[in-house]
Amino acid sequence: MKYLTEFRNGEIARAQAREIHAMTTRPWKIMEVCGGQTHSIIRNGIDQMLPAGIGMVHGPGCPVCVTPLELIDKALAIAAQPGVIFCSFGDMLRVPGTEGDLFQVKGRGGDVRVVYSPLDALELAVRNPDKQVIFFGVGFETTAPANAMSVHQARRRGIGNFSLLVSHVLVPPAIEAIMSSPGNEVQAFLAAGHVCSVMGYWQYPPLAGKYGIPIVVTGFEPLDLLDGIHRAVRQLETGRHEVENAYDRVVTYRGNEAAQRLLAEVFEVTDRAWRGIGVIPKSGWRLNADYRDFDAEDRFQIAGIHTQESPLCRSGDVLRGAIKPAQCPAFGKECSPRHPLGATMVSSEGACAAYYNYGRFLPAEELASAGKAMSAF
Amino acid sequence: MCLAIPGKVEAISTDGAIRMGRVNFGGVVKSVCLEYVPEIEVGDYTIVHVGFAIARIDEESAQKTLEDFRQLGVLDEELAGEEEAFRRAASAPQSSCPDGSCPR
Ligand code: SF4
Repeated sequence: MKYLTEFRNGEIARAQAREIHAMTTRPWKIMEVCGGQTHSIIRNGIDQMLPAGIGMVHGPGCPVCVTPLELIDKALAIAAQPGVIFCSFGDMLRVPGTEGDLFQVKGRGGDVRVVYSPLDALELAVRNPDKQVIFFGVGFETTAPANAMSVHQARRRGIGNFSLLVSHVLVPPAIEAIMSSPGNEVQAFLAAGHVCSVMGYWQYPPLAGKYGIPIVVTGFEPLDLLDGIHRAVRQLETGRHEVENAYDRVVTYRGNEAAQRLLAEVFEVTDRAWRGIGVIPKSGWRLNADYRDFDAEDRFQIAGIHTQESPLCRSGDVLRGAIKPAQCPAFGKECSPRHPLGATMVSSEGACAAYYNYGRFLPAEELASAGKAMSAF
Repeated sequence: MCLAIPGKVEAISTDGAIRMGRVNFGGVVKSVCLEYVPEIEVGDYTIVHVGFAIARIDEESAQKTLEDFRQLGVLDEELAGEEEAFRRAASAPQSSCPDGSCPR
């Protein structure tokens, strides 16, 4: 709450929250898909302003958390090679692979750079023709147009020493996966505003219809989030399930069509493994055949990656239902969402993370059912 | 990682065949690709993600958002240069949730 009381729109926010309280007659579970929104909700104490029955469920929309360990290990292996400049956004530096992270690779002499834009990595390739320059491109639909442009320009300009280590994930298939998982409790979604600024929201009406869920396109600022929650609750309370745009100062129905055109030219849909969740069909993009030459996974053919989850970790047993997360000796000690040892703690949708995040506050029987609902996903 | 921040387009150039601009984010100026917003002109405000303008936004919303993001401390994070990023990494623990959005 610290931030919200200091927030200059605190009074408007409190009025919004009062209206949500007034209209809520039943408990509802609303998921914000995007990690950026989760961040804003927690940082501003928005969840604490809501009626006790309104549960905000944090979605799998943190691209860093859902990047498979195997890809992180590939990044580390490529970055450690001589003759390579490995470029990334700053937030991948401390993400742990099986052995170490990119920051440590740099400490051991690897040429790891942080860039603001993938085009900066492309310029590094132009200036260093004797080096192989790789850009580590993870992210959702928001980030994909930037990565698409970097390879498009590389091909157009004939920059042969540039490649992408790319793993894009997509929001709509994740919503499908959540809604069709047994034991799902999510009843409405806040769709991520910046993903929609690229993709529009034409993909959502079929989902809202099929699953009977309100989907509200929502921004990131505290008032945006309260507005999105407000609209979702109003739909739930009146039995509607429509797609609403609460972020129309940035998002249009069709989205950014120039970006979508280049995305279609460069990428193709592929199945993706989401760390902590598993494979979701057709949930990602990879470079298509025309651009495969710029795929770092093809170029470097890193073999012999043996991803090793921590020996302390019992996530296999947790996923099989053999033990409850809290029965794992590392739970809450060596292992927490900030320092996850296993896949089920990495994503906030994983059973261990769900127990960790919510379980401490619940009596034993509720704890058991919360865990079941979460681990089903 | 999915945050996009508003800024004002101060200059437009064609760098090779791609349209680039100088965009001012409340004082910090960066080079930004404008290929996806062909309608943007000097003086307009745009929403920028990892060096790419992805949508136009009106001035009032842009100013408000910039102010909000500054208050929330996300502006510095988004615009951090390479040195700053490594400095942050040096003092950060290994974590799969670098932005802290996973609740503790
Ligand atoms: S608590 Fe951590 S170490 Fe234990 S099973 Fe879950 S993810 Fe693995």
